[in-house]
Amino acid sequence: MGLRDPDNPAREVRVFENSTSAVVFALGEPQVQTSDTPRRLLQSSVNGLKFGLIIAMTAIGLSLIFGTTGLVNFAHGDLVTVGAFLAYFLNVTLGLPLLIAAPLAIAAGGALAGGLDRQVWRPLRAQRTGLIAMLVVSIGLSFVLRHVVLLFFGGSRQSYTDFGLQTALEFGLVRVQPVELWVMGLSVAALVAVGLMLNRTKLGTSMRAVADNRDLAESSGIDVQRVILAVWVLGGGLTAAGGIFLGLIESVDYLMGFRLLLLMFAGVILGGLGSAYGAMVGGVIVGFVSEFSTVWFSSQIKYVWALLVLIVILLVRPQGILGRRERFG
Amino acid sequence: MIETLFFDALRSAIGPTAASYALLAVGLNLHFGYTGLLNFGQVGYMLVGAYGLSITVAVFGGPLWLGLIVGMLAAVVLSIILGAPTLRLRADYLAITTIAASEILRFLVRNTGSDDLTGSVFGLRQFAGEFYDWSPFAPGEYLGPLGFNANRMWVTLVGWGLVAALSAMVWTLMRSPWGRVLRSIREDEDAARSLGKNVFLYKMQSLIIGGVIGAIGGMVFVLALQNVTPDMFLPQVTFFAFAIMILGGTSTVLGPTAGAVLFWFLLTGLQSGIRGVVDAGVIPGITGGQVVGAVSLIAVGLLLMLLMVFRPQGILGDREELRLDVS
Repeated sequence: MGLRDPDNPAREVRVFENSTSAVVFALGEPQVQTSDTPRRLLQSSVNGLKFGLIIAMTAIGLSLIFGTTGLVNFAHGDLVTVGAFLAYFLNVTLGLPLLIAAPLAIAAGGALAGGLDRQVWRPLRAQRTGLIAMLVVSIGLSFVLRHVVLLFFGGSRQSYTDFGLQTALEFGLVRVQPVELWVMGLSVAALVAVGLMLNRTKLGTSMRAVADNRDLAESSGIDVQRVILAVWVLGGGLTAAGGIFLGLIESVDYLMGFRLLLLMFAGVILGGLGSAYGAMVGGVIVGFVSEFSTVWFSSQIKYVWALLVLIVILLVRPQGILGRRERFG
Repeated sequence: MIETLFFDALRSAIGPTAASYALLAVGLNLHFGYTGLLNFGQVGYMLVGAYGLSITVAVFGGPLWLGLIVGMLAAVVLSIILGAPTLRLRADYLAITTIAASEILRFLVRNTGSDDLTGSVFGLRQFAGEFYDWSPFAPGEYLGPLGFNANRMWVTLVGWGLVAALSAMVWTLMRSPWGRVLRSIREDEDAARSLGKNVFLYKMQSLIIGGVIGAIGGMVFVLALQNVTPDMFLPQVTFFAFAIMILGGTSTVLGPTAGAVLFWFLLTGLQSGIRGVVDAGVIPGITGGQVVGAVSLIAVGLLLMLLMVFRPQGILGDREELRLDVS
């Protein structure tokens, strides 16, 4: 076994008096630093698609919750974390295979989100709490969720027991692990299923109706509170699934969801706040942008580009790609 | 044990960290409490203040006064960049943009590419010497059981002096016609606009002034620590400042100060208590500082939620002044 990056065998380190500094020399199969841009472009578009699909899945709930209740849910990222750790608990602590643990965790994630709506958000709506107050409550809730995970599972990065080490498949210029292909396939399937559900079923139509105009929906006989509950359960389940997928292709740690939250916001605003399809499109674009940037720039700042997209879109088209002007006075 | 806990809590409540957070909250109060701007990136202002000062002094060898000016100017520039796209939009857009901007700034100073300027993850040191040269305190121990040394006394005095001065400034501003326009924007933006007020310009001025106050808070924070690293500026800092502002009383002049003292007293007391319990081994299987960190952040989260639901006016506020909402 040799250095993973044989072209770069030295590190320059600055250490202050009386302090220590860790230096990392990654070992493993040497990864050839290819300078041929086409290959890196292809590889980063696969990575971008993979990451973007996960953002899209998690962002649907965020966008639909905003559309139906007006709440900008800052605790949404932490639902990603909780979903990933529910699966981690079932898989690693209890020893269930991930293929059983994941569906259970997704169901539990949906149930948790539904429970939060019933126990926290519905009473606040009934009291006619202002939206900014609810937003601050969601921040408090995100602190609680994130650090409960920290308390029980610790702060280090961890992995599921299954699908850890796989041999990458070569497709021409790009390398993909089978598990990544499955993650992408299942994400696409989930997004298509949600799209069909929103378009073809009565519940889906009601969700879009409530998101579009709540008063009108209510006066045409839709049980708005029930629809909102369904949105939370659906969003929570998708978010948990996104967390598990992210844990599979990277790792799980208590900050994973919070890191994803700002990218979700970027995706949701890019696509049009309140629209589920917008969240899908925006999420995928944000994933692409952040991964593509690594072709030319340091990967340490790949999120910066995605967040810059957010600021630029607010400057030129605040309603987003699929949003409508009137929502944004 | 109770005594240690009390003195730990008191040391933190009157210390320079509490003063820096009070300054953050004073700025935030101008944004949120008086103008209705939902700034979730106050830590970004803190960051530009802290790095503006430390880069000027430690990297370019400039004098301290120049560093202070650079830090404040950086806050002005940040306000203009942030405000231009978002101040015309709804409050929640500003919230998302400001938190994103604060994270962009943190990623950028943390990046190895900026090593020569910011020292990346290691940060910067040796920028506070001139500040402590001005200290009138002779070396020694002060404040009895609290055990402040001379440097800590000096930075504490300066920090709380700034809190007093800037709170007085906010009080004066809010009694001026300018302050009444800000409040009217908070209450009803369209009404203010229909009276011919340039709402965008007033919001921008509020964003700049509150941001500069936040930058000053950042400078006090790093002068007290005598070093600066990127991960001091996590988004949670902003939400600590929010908790402080709401605890003390949003839209009140003394709220941020009272909130900061009470918040740090409670938080440090809690941390000291948990550490005592953990060290005593009362609960088997739990060790380490991670528990202290996790439990105190859970406590801050619960505090934010409970305050917002049951006492949004905090300890000093007036509930009638707090009918904020996105429109």
